[in-house]
Amino acid sequence: MENIIEIKGLVKRYDDKVAIDGLDLTVRTGEIFGFLGPNGAGKTTTVRVMSTLADFDCGTVYICGHDIKKDPSKAKACIGMIQQRISLDKDLTIRENMILYSLYHKISSAERRRRIDALSEYIGLTEYMDNMVDTLSGGWKKRAAIVCALIHEPKILFLDEPTVGLDTQARRLLWDIIRRLNNDGTTIFLTTHYIEEAEALCDRVGIINRGKLIDIGPPEDLCSRVGATAVEYFHNGVKTQYRYFQNREEANEFVSTLPEGTTVTVRRTNLEDSFVELTGESVGRVR
Amino acid sequence: MIEFLKEVYAVMWSDLRFMRHHFLNIFIMSIMSPLLYLLAFGYGMGRGMTYEDIPYVAFVVPGIVALTTLSTSFSSTSTRINVQRLYYYSFDEMMMSPLRNSAIIIGKSMMGVIRGSISGGIILLIGLYITPDLHLTPLLIASILISCFTFSFLGIMAALLAKSHQSISTFSSLIILPMTFLCGTFFSVSLMPGAFQFLLYLLPLTHASICIRASALDWVFPWTSLLILLAFCASFFLINVYILKTKM
Ligand SMILES: Nc1ncnc2c1ncn2[C@@H]1O[C@H](COP(=O)(O)OP(=O)(O)O)[C@@H](O)[C@H]1O
Ligand SMILES: [Mg+2]
Repeated sequence: MENIIEIKGLVKRYDDKVAIDGLDLTVRTGEIFGFLGPNGAGKTTTVRVMSTLADFDCGTVYICGHDIKKDPSKAKACIGMIQQRISLDKDLTIRENMILYSLYHKISSAERRRRIDALSEYIGLTEYMDNMVDTLSGGWKKRAAIVCALIHEPKILFLDEPTVGLDTQARRLLWDIIRRLNNDGTTIFLTTHYIEEAEALCDRVGIINRGKLIDIGPPEDLCSRVGATAVEYFHNGVKTQYRYFQNREEANEFVSTLPEGTTVTVRRTNLEDSFVELTGESVGRVR
Repeated sequence: MIEFLKEVYAVMWSDLRFMRHHFLNIFIMSIMSPLLYLLAFGYGMGRGMTYEDIPYVAFVVPGIVALTTLSTSFSSTSTRINVQRLYYYSFDEMMMSPLRNSAIIIGKSMMGVIRGSISGGIILLIGLYITPDLHLTPLLIASILISCFTFSFLGIMAALLAKSHQSISTFSSLIILPMTFLCGTFFSVSLMPGAFQFLLYLLPLTHASICIRASALDWVFPWTSLLILLAFCASFFLINVYILKTKM
């Protein structure tokens, strides 16, 4: 199977507000796909629809070749999901949460023990297994959620804004886990509004804004679509302006035409530039 | 069938663990108010009183058992689901797993049934000890269990429809609290004015207390009330399955 996710003409409304507006999207088996967009773009809604948590109004969604409307339990068996907000049962310990997920997926008790041990070792959770959920920090809870989501060995893992609210260190650790999982054969679909994250992690990025897919491709391609070199300039209290050029020579030529006293930066185009160009809006960049 | 029971067990497992972690708390909470009712109405007010030719204590204990199944089963399922759904979001995780909706509803009702029958059972044991008029019969046990299931399903329904914790409290004080006092728990429904009586017969607790009382006192068993109670039970169950299928 080449495409693990195929979405055609997806429309989702909340009352009369359109959250997803005719989305067509394919995700290839084995890739790390990033869904990039500002808050309210429709990322969470898309993930909730794909994981059968939310119903939708029009379109078709196939996960691992299963129509999620017609064959939800087959589709569900292929999906692991880590929600944006921590969704562990806080009245249970970390280990109990993991056992619970394996019960949900009817994994035999010997197999369950093996997988919980192996996964918690893999993710580095072993020493916290018998802690209650709320005694752990956000990063550890996220990791526990990952173990839970992986317990039934899903083919695809959805991560909805996995690193929001984590400190830099925890974020890097999580990136490593995501890369490692992907290397070991799990397809990753992650949403983010951090451009840096999309650039660092993803094989392909889809840019979504106001429920519509604006562009899709490898991060480098999206950047070069607006031009390889960016010029940022600031003059006389006007707001910072951006111009994009195919190469440095053209950029320098343009810079030489700018008036005296202009603050100028010439740099490589990044995903944020292409996002702003493509949508006419800005997403927050984290440094 | 075995598969279905496995799914039910998976769903109830987290609630069993929850009860284990909070055992003392839960135990005290579910036994406190029925004990107070028993003290106030059984001993305080009802001492030496007779009612329909039996001591009032013997009359009121089955009523307290009935209202205990209602309040305990209702509040334990509704509170837990509400928290899992609106605060922990772990309810989503269960909905994402390949479990049957009917197994989810039965599994989720189990904690209410267990807690309801434990606290109802304790009141009943005390009652059996203090008055010789009460008897433990199979019909009594069946009536208690059916009423626990009914009110657990009702609790699930309230929690699935609730938009916030506040709406559960409102439902509790508007529907559950009046039911506990009026539905033939402390006095016979036949004492109420006609129109009001009719209204009370539309409520499940009235039939639960009629069944529990008749079976505990060895009166002629009101099969119609049992059937009506079963009908409530089945409809609450089906409505819940429908809500899961369409609204979640
Ligand atoms: N439960 C809901 N009810 C009504 N509107 C919603 C609901 N969830 C999301 N929306 C709206 O749908 C749009 C997309 O939201 P969402 O998918 O959460 O965006 P993102 O995850 O990209 O920040 C937003 O405009 C949001 O206000
Ligand atoms: Mg979101």
